[in-house]
Formats: sequence, C-alpha cells, structure tokens
Amino acid sequence: MATEVHEPKISVIEVVKSFGDKRVLDGINLEVMPGESVVVVGGSGAGKTVLIKHMIGLLQPDSGRVVMDGVDLATASPQAALEVRKRCGMSFQEGALFDSMNVFDNVAFPIRRHRRDVGPPAVAARVRECLGLVRLAGIEGKMPAELSGGMRRRVGFARAIALEPGILLFDEPTTGLDPINTAAIATVINRLRRELSVTVVTITHDLSLAFRVADRIAMIRRGRIVAFGEPEAFRASPDPYVQAFLNGEVPQDEEEVL
Amino acid sequence: MSVLGWLDRFGRVLLAGFEDLGRFFSIMAQSMLWTPRRPFDGREWLRQMVRVGWDTIPVVLLTCLFTGMVLALQTFRGFERFHAEAFVGSVVALSLTRELAPVLTGLMTAGRVGSAMAAELGTMRVTEQIDALHAMATEPVHYLIVPRVNASILMLPLLTLLGDAIGIIGGWLVSVGLFGANSYIYMERTFQYLEVNDVTSGLIKAACFGLILAVTGCAKGFYTTGGAEGVGRSTTAAVVQASLYILLSDFFLTKILF
Repeated sequence: MATEVHEPKISVIEVVKSFGDKRVLDGINLEVMPGESVVVVGGSGAGKTVLIKHMIGLLQPDSGRVVMDGVDLATASPQAALEVRKRCGMSFQEGALFDSMNVFDNVAFPIRRHRRDVGPPAVAARVRECLGLVRLAGIEGKMPAELSGGMRRRVGFARAIALEPGILLFDEPTTGLDPINTAAIATVINRLRRELSVTVVTITHDLSLAFRVADRIAMIRRGRIVAFGEPEAFRASPDPYVQAFLNGEVPQDEEEVL
Repeated sequence: MSVLGWLDRFGRVLLAGFEDLGRFFSIMAQSMLWTPRRPFDGREWLRQMVRVGWDTIPVVLLTCLFTGMVLALQTFRGFERFHAEAFVGSVVALSLTRELAPVLTGLMTAGRVGSAMAAELGTMRVTEQIDALHAMATEPVHYLIVPRVNASILMLPLLTLLGDAIGIIGGWLVSVGLFGANSYIYMERTFQYLEVNDVTSGLIKAACFGLILAVTGCAKGFYTTGGAEGVGRSTTAAVVQASLYILLSDFFLTKILF
C-alpha cells in the first residue's frame, strides 16, 4: 500500500506531438497521483484536448511516453492497451453519445460489449445505478437529440463510469453550458470522486469549474506546462500568463496574435 | 500560370488520388482482418443487411425493369433491319445478367447506401462518437465497418438476381405487348443461349461492387474532417468515387471472369 501511494496513476513524460509543421505538445510532463483530481487549464488551441487524447491512446506521441496505471501505452501489446482503456472512462466535449441509440443503450453499450457474462437484469440495474449517480434517473428511454446539452454530458459521464473505471477523463465538460449547469456538472464530478474513489483528469478553460473540482491545477500554454500546483499556490503563481488568465486579460506577449 | 505552378497542382491531384486509394485498401484490409474476430455482432449485421438489401429493392426493381424494357425496344428496332427479331430475348437476357444488372445495381446502391454510410460515419467522426468507441475499448472498424462491408457483399448478388429477373420480364413485356412477339417463343429464346456461368459471373461482379461501394463509403466517412461541411464533402466524394471504381473494375472483372 505504501509503495502504491508514491507511484503515479498517470505519467506523461516529455511528450512531443506535431501535426504537420505545428508542434502542439512540446515536451510536456504531468504526473497524477492515485485518487487525485487534476485539472488542466489553458486557452483554446493550447493542446489540452491533444494531451487528454494521448492518455487514452487515441493519439500516439512523436516522442516521450505515456504511462497509465503502470502500463506504457507506447510499448504495450494491443491487448494490454485495450485492457487499460477498459479501466479508463472518458467523457467527450459534447457527450459524443451514439445518436442511433437511446440513453439506456448508450450507457449499457460498454457493459454489453465487455461484460458478456452479465445478464440483462444486471445490465439494467447497473445502467440505473450509473444514471442515478449523475442524477438522471428515469430518462432511459429518451434519445440523445431530446436532451439538453448539460444532460447529454451527464449521460456521457454515466457511460464513462459504467465499467467502474479507476481513471476518469473529462474533456471540456462545461463548454457551452450556463453557470447553473456548470455548477451541477462540478457537483456531479465531485460526487463521482467521492463515491467511486477514482483518479480524475479534467481539461477545461473554465476557471470556476477548475477551482471547484481540482486538488491540483496545471496551466498549459503552447504545448508546455507553465504552472502546476494546489489551487491556492496556482492563484499566487508568478507566471504572467497564469495571472492574465486568472484576471481575464490579454497577456502582453500575445497581443500580436489578435 | 508558370510551369512549376502547373506541376505543383498536378502533383497535388496525383497525391490526393493515391491517398484515397491507400485509404480504400487500408480500410478493406482492416475490415477483412476484423471480420472473423469476436464478439460477433449479429444484430448489427442484420440491421445493415436490411438497409443494404431490403430497403434498396424498389430502386433496383424500377431501374432494372426499365433497362430491360428499353433494351428490348432498342434491339428490336436494330434487329428488325436484318430480320433477327427472334433473338431479342437472348440479347436482353445476356446483356442483363452479364453486365447491366450488376453494374446498375452497384451504381444505384452506391448512390443510396454508400452515401448514407459516408454521411453516418462522417457525422460520428466529427461528433467524436468514433473516438468514444475507441475510448470504450471497441475497435471502430470492427463495430462499424465490418457489418456494413459484409452486408453489402452478401446483399448485392441477391439484389442483382432480382434485377436479372425483373429486367427479363421488362423485355418480355415490351416484345410481347408492344411488338406482338409470341410469348412462348420469346421465353424459350431467352433461356436457350443463357448459361449458368452468365448469371454466376454477374453475381460475382455484384459481390465485388458491394465490397467497393461499402469500403469507399466507410473510408470516406471514417476519414472525414471539417465538421458539417466535411460530412457533405465526404458524402459526395463517396458516391463519385464508388461509381468510378465500380466502372473501372467492371472492365477488369469482365476480362478475368470470361
């Protein structure tokens, strides 16, 4: 147990990733401890989404390593990489629900796919439990198109936790939501943390969400982490870009891009 | 424009063509590789078979009925000149089974089903549903493309067989109804020179066209970029490219099969 605590659940080590001649991640380092909630903030196009896609193996780094739950995604066998993905749940920006299926089938999808031994009544029970955790009981029969943006995200959360993952990844969970829905999302994320004791990584540019759910906050800029620390330390960071971000100002060295 | 400018443009077009061809073969190889793997998703196979096969029947019936009719009309006018009207039935049957029914069925299905595959997969790509499948440790090629490609390979020959039959009936309708040919003799002539090989080679062609249109539609959709506009582009490109590939491969298949 003692050794486990010092072993990070997620390690991103010197990861470089380019698309064409644009270097999106430029030697990024990030460690997330078991049970911790880390929020990565940054402006649009800073490489946040690219970073989280590396964690689940949707993208492969040009150089550097990503180690999830003790498995190096670059050198792991396809089978081992698949097992890692089953232990991760990811929620996408707009929910990414399958729009040909209703809510029930969406949440049941990973269970039916990977727990072939689980019978229909147990699947139904698990789906109800997951929807209950995100406070959406009773909407099983609705189609994704009938739901509001906030509800779609939360159904996405329910689907992400269906296989009882040890790691949860949230990609921009509040983009385009009003403050009340944002608060509701933050409450649900904290509730999932409390009840499932999972490790959480959230990508966002929404500071109110970041300060609500984070144990530690990292600031990403131009493919690098420029500040990383507990919320209070983060707030006091001497980095001018962090201060500009916190105060909603245009940083001086970025005026030319406008 | 300078010579270099023209060369540059020519090179781009050539590269884009090779890229398309490469993606086509990559998707084809992957779908074959994944076909025998478990879990076998019978429900999805059946759903796709209904969409490719059953739902396309009316279009194929109409197309082939009128093709058979016009074929009888044209050959009758021509053959009249050297008093060979008696062989109209044979010509209609041979041209339909060997060439027209498979090609027209392929083209119509490419327009109806290939485009729908591109649009559906393209939408799933731009709304991150394909990434979500990946994240849930489900190979998108296995879940989305394998049922579509195989349903298409299985259904196209059956559709063609229907087209053969209805086309021959169309020819008979025109010859007997319009030109007063003897019904019994017409039918006898129809089958007198028709060999089993004529029909089977047409069905083999149809299966190949099914493979081509499904793989093109899926590849175009799978590699969609650029939001709603990109989906539109993929859909158009899928139909144009599938039709092109069908007509090109038709020549070589005919050369090999006869």
